[in-house]
Amino acid sequence: MTGEKFVKPIKPKVDINKVNTHIIPFEFEYFEPRTVKEAVELLTKYGGEAKILAGGTDLIVRMKQRFIEPKYIINIKKIKELNFIEDRGDYLAIGAATKLREIEKSGIVKRKFEALYEAVRSMAGVQIRNMATIGGNLCNASPAADTAPPLLVFEAKLKIVGPNGERVVPINEFFLGPGKTVLKPNEILTEIQIPYQPEDTGSAFIKIARVAMDLAKVNVAVALRTEGSIVKWVRIALGAVAPTPIRAYKTEEFLVGKELNEETLKEAAEIVKTEVKPITDIRSTAEYRREVSGVIVKDALLRAYERISKG
Amino acid sequence: MGKVIRFKLNGRPVSIYVENNELLLNVLREKLGVVSPKYGCGIGECGACTVLVDGEPVLSCLTLAIEVDGKEVTTVEGLAKDSELDIVQRAFIEEGAIQCGYCTPGFILMAKKLLEENPDPDEDYIREYIRGNLCRCTGYVNIVRAIKRAAEELKFHVSRAKQTQ
Repeated sequence: MTGEKFVKPIKPKVDINKVNTHIIPFEFEYFEPRTVKEAVELLTKYGGEAKILAGGTDLIVRMKQRFIEPKYIINIKKIKELNFIEDRGDYLAIGAATKLREIEKSGIVKRKFEALYEAVRSMAGVQIRNMATIGGNLCNASPAADTAPPLLVFEAKLKIVGPNGERVVPINEFFLGPGKTVLKPNEILTEIQIPYQPEDTGSAFIKIARVAMDLAKVNVAVALRTEGSIVKWVRIALGAVAPTPIRAYKTEEFLVGKELNEETLKEAAEIVKTEVKPITDIRSTAEYRREVSGVIVKDALLRAYERISKG
Repeated sequence: MGKVIRFKLNGRPVSIYVENNELLLNVLREKLGVVSPKYGCGIGECGACTVLVDGEPVLSCLTLAIEVDGKEVTTVEGLAKDSELDIVQRAFIEEGAIQCGYCTPGFILMAKKLLEENPDPDEDYIREYIRGNLCRCTGYVNIVRAIKRAAEELKFHVSRAKQTQ
């Protein structure tokens, strides 16, 4: 045995003998409200012990794994007023329970919000996109949520309804930490409002993941307006590199007024690397995430720029 | 705690008592004897449990059974008409797109839906569409070929139907 290094076996965090994903191993009460009002009433009544079921692609998995054991499940899929994509003049409104597949099929999203279209297309597979909702992706508040960076660069607003009426929160104030948002236990996200951008805006979304179905190691969205090759206006957002999806404000500030050339992009990538605060987890290491953040911001800027020039 | 749900399963009306926490996959397999949807990963990564609910492919292992009340559920068992296999099923057999067969029902339902949305898919389109389905025998080449073949045969059928009109 001499010369051999003793490697301590890694103890899995989850005891697989206690967790199987075949069944949901506990009981709960189940509700299918038909209106937002009813849903809010239920949430007010059951508060912290209730969970909203939208697509279920995260919630049901976590229930099977027994990470959460809600006593009450409030299924909002049958609330028609939460399922729509609507042109409201200044902005596009998307109901919180709208399925990702419907968003990807919407011509207006593809034409006006390319980064969001690309983000949705990059998510899981057709079946999951037929189930998962945009509101669920946001409320789940995963730092890696793919719809978050595009909505951050388009400066979307989120409409939230509670027992005392509604409020509108800019998306950059919505996330508080992994799994945490500004939503109170008796509130529900009802719609996402995405302001239309001027015609000369180009946008792009890029994600690095292990395999097609996996969550992002890093994802980034960019929206850009230029005058010739000079940056007039830019928004950059990244996911999976901090406790919440983040905007890269310093990089944005640096880029405005600069010519988009190799040197500028290189410098921008360096600034991005100082703005991200990645961690090491099962998907990636902090070092890798930091390095790749710079690279994909560069790529996304170039792609957005190409789209402007193509018109 | 649960309730009696009524839904259409492969065209036939079904009514059955389900618990709130029962999953569609388990009700189909264990209570209704419909065993083509398979339990694979249980967490939404493999696509083996795919069924069509109101014509849309979803994962039955992440769907509460109670949610399909009033809906229409289709599995591979519902594809054959008068004991004649569907074009997609035949194409999978003819192209040898089945090895162990565990993933096959999921792939066939995805192929059905794919061809409904796009009768003339290229390889990229097919691969993108079926990326939510895993084949552990890694028989993807034959699966893609089978879907292409089904597309060709469907086109042939449509054009022949037009000629005979």
